[in-house]
Amino acid sequence: MISVSQVSKSYGSGPTAVQALDGVTLSVGRGEIFGVVGQSGAGKSTLIRTINSLELPDSGSVNVDGREMTTLSGAELREARHNIGMIFQHFNLLSSRTVQANVELSLEITGAGRAARRTRALEILELVGLHGKASAYPAQLSGGQKQRVGIARALASNPSVLLSDEATSALDPETTRQILDLIRKLSKDLGLTVLLITHEMDVVKRICDSAAVMSGGRILEQGPVEQLLATEKSLLGQALFPMGEIPETPSAIVDITFSGVKTDRPVIAQLARKHGIDVGILGAAVETIRGLQTGRTRLELPGDERTVAAAVADLRSQGLFVEVVK
Amino acid sequence: MIDRNDPYFWSDLLDTILKGAGETSYTVGLSLLFTVLFGLAAGVLLVTTESGGLLAKLFGSRALGFAVNRVLDVVVNIGRSVPFIILMILLIPFTRLLVGSFIGPTAAIVPLTIAGIPFFARLVEIGIREVPVGLVEAAQSLGASRWTILTKVMVAEAVPALALGLSTTVVGLIGYSAMVGAVGGGGLGDVAFRYGYQRYSPEYMFGVVILLVLLVQVFQSLGNFAARRLSHR
Ligand SMILES: Nc1ncnc2c1ncn2[C@@H]1O[C@H](COP(=O)(O)OP(=O)(O)O)[C@@H](O)[C@H]1O
Ligand SMILES: [Mg+2]
Repeated sequence: MISVSQVSKSYGSGPTAVQALDGVTLSVGRGEIFGVVGQSGAGKSTLIRTINSLELPDSGSVNVDGREMTTLSGAELREARHNIGMIFQHFNLLSSRTVQANVELSLEITGAGRAARRTRALEILELVGLHGKASAYPAQLSGGQKQRVGIARALASNPSVLLSDEATSALDPETTRQILDLIRKLSKDLGLTVLLITHEMDVVKRICDSAAVMSGGRILEQGPVEQLLATEKSLLGQALFPMGEIPETPSAIVDITFSGVKTDRPVIAQLARKHGIDVGILGAAVETIRGLQTGRTRLELPGDERTVAAAVADLRSQGLFVEVVK
Repeated sequence: MIDRNDPYFWSDLLDTILKGAGETSYTVGLSLLFTVLFGLAAGVLLVTTESGGLLAKLFGSRALGFAVNRVLDVVVNIGRSVPFIILMILLIPFTRLLVGSFIGPTAAIVPLTIAGIPFFARLVEIGIREVPVGLVEAAQSLGASRWTILTKVMVAEAVPALALGLSTTVVGLIGYSAMVGAVGGGGLGDVAFRYGYQRYSPEYMFGVVILLVLLVQVFQSLGNFAARRLSHR
């Protein structure tokens, strides 16, 4: 649905130039929720803004729903943007318009008639849980309600793609969860493809099917979240399950990642009994990732190389993801 | 000196001042119309033709956008820096060319408008600049045309600021109109000058002053009220 290929973009020139995007390649499937995480200044906003051509890359291609965005201009570009909704960290609602009129703006732009605008606006406001707020002004709403208006406005023209630039970063944790759940629900119900950028790991945990980690204008890794969690040295894995420094010890250290049903098996006890190892637990973290209990445990395995290798092989044969860190 | 004991003194005074007020309304009203028309356009262009602005590429030409921006900025600065009394004299030939005479309420419209446009343009500029860029981006992301963004986002969101700017401009124009009046432009300034000053009538002088103070109060309050009512921030 979205395919970004070798996109680069720099700001300024000479010694003060900033390479905001450096050969970014990214692919988002239809109906997928794709999260790009990275620290502030990583280039996330620049990347998402190239998707709807708010920012034109210096080189590379951006394809959305079969259309090459970088070559569009004028009426063609505006037409293409009707198919790509966008929501923002600071909502960007018009203070001069009521909630309904804010949503209708989207439909005025696509040229819908007065009656059709009204019907559609009220329908989509209902869908985002804002019925009864149609004639309120944005200033009278809470942050979460404002973002719901933002979502309604973005989706009023029935786009197939939704872009989210830190849409929950100005919200408290509980409201963040509600908005994320709404986005996930809408994505499933409407078959919407979602590309979101965030600096919050919680966002990825809660709704993303796939994710990319970005830093210094580059994508460091990307793929389905489960797959990244089962990849050695995955930055996403390390960020989701911070285990701290690797301690000084002569023993081997392994990280085991559990997911879903496997969490209730007495893995460690079995390991100790079967292989005669005095297993030490160095750290553990459990997260709910897209509704699934997922955990990572760091174990210290004293013993000779053969014993450890056998233990690791045994763990892997049980379908666990085991990473030997030392 | 006007004879204060003349039985018609007060009714004459009232007639004269009302006639003056009528002329002032006419002059200021029409000047305001042109001022708003051109000042709004100039103010919007000042902001949008800046590099990176919505109209930085005017009619497909970056050079044109840049030129318009520079020229407008210089012209507005000149208009704001020349004292009105000098501007008025400077414009006499132009006024004569345009309306055939430089005396009377109609002629007074020319210097008032020329002084009003840059004044209002700067106030519009300030108001439009206060509209967060994020709103423009949101409209762009929806596929809005530049005209839609200009009218439905930039100007619409600046309306409260524009209302305040408008009342400030009306007040300024009333002040200027008194100056034009004193040199043949008719209106309240004319009354104050001819009756109050040349014929030593404090009643006429104070009558005009009181009316001016009232007018300024009324327009400023109207502007404040409108700005408050129109703002939903
Ligand atoms: N319009 C701009 N002009 C100059 N530099 C910019 C501009 N936009 C972004 N940058 C720079 O590009 C880099 C990436 O910015 P951004 O994409 O906003 O990062 P993020 O959204 O990940 O915080 C930063 O170093 C930022 O300072
Ligand atoms: Mg950002």
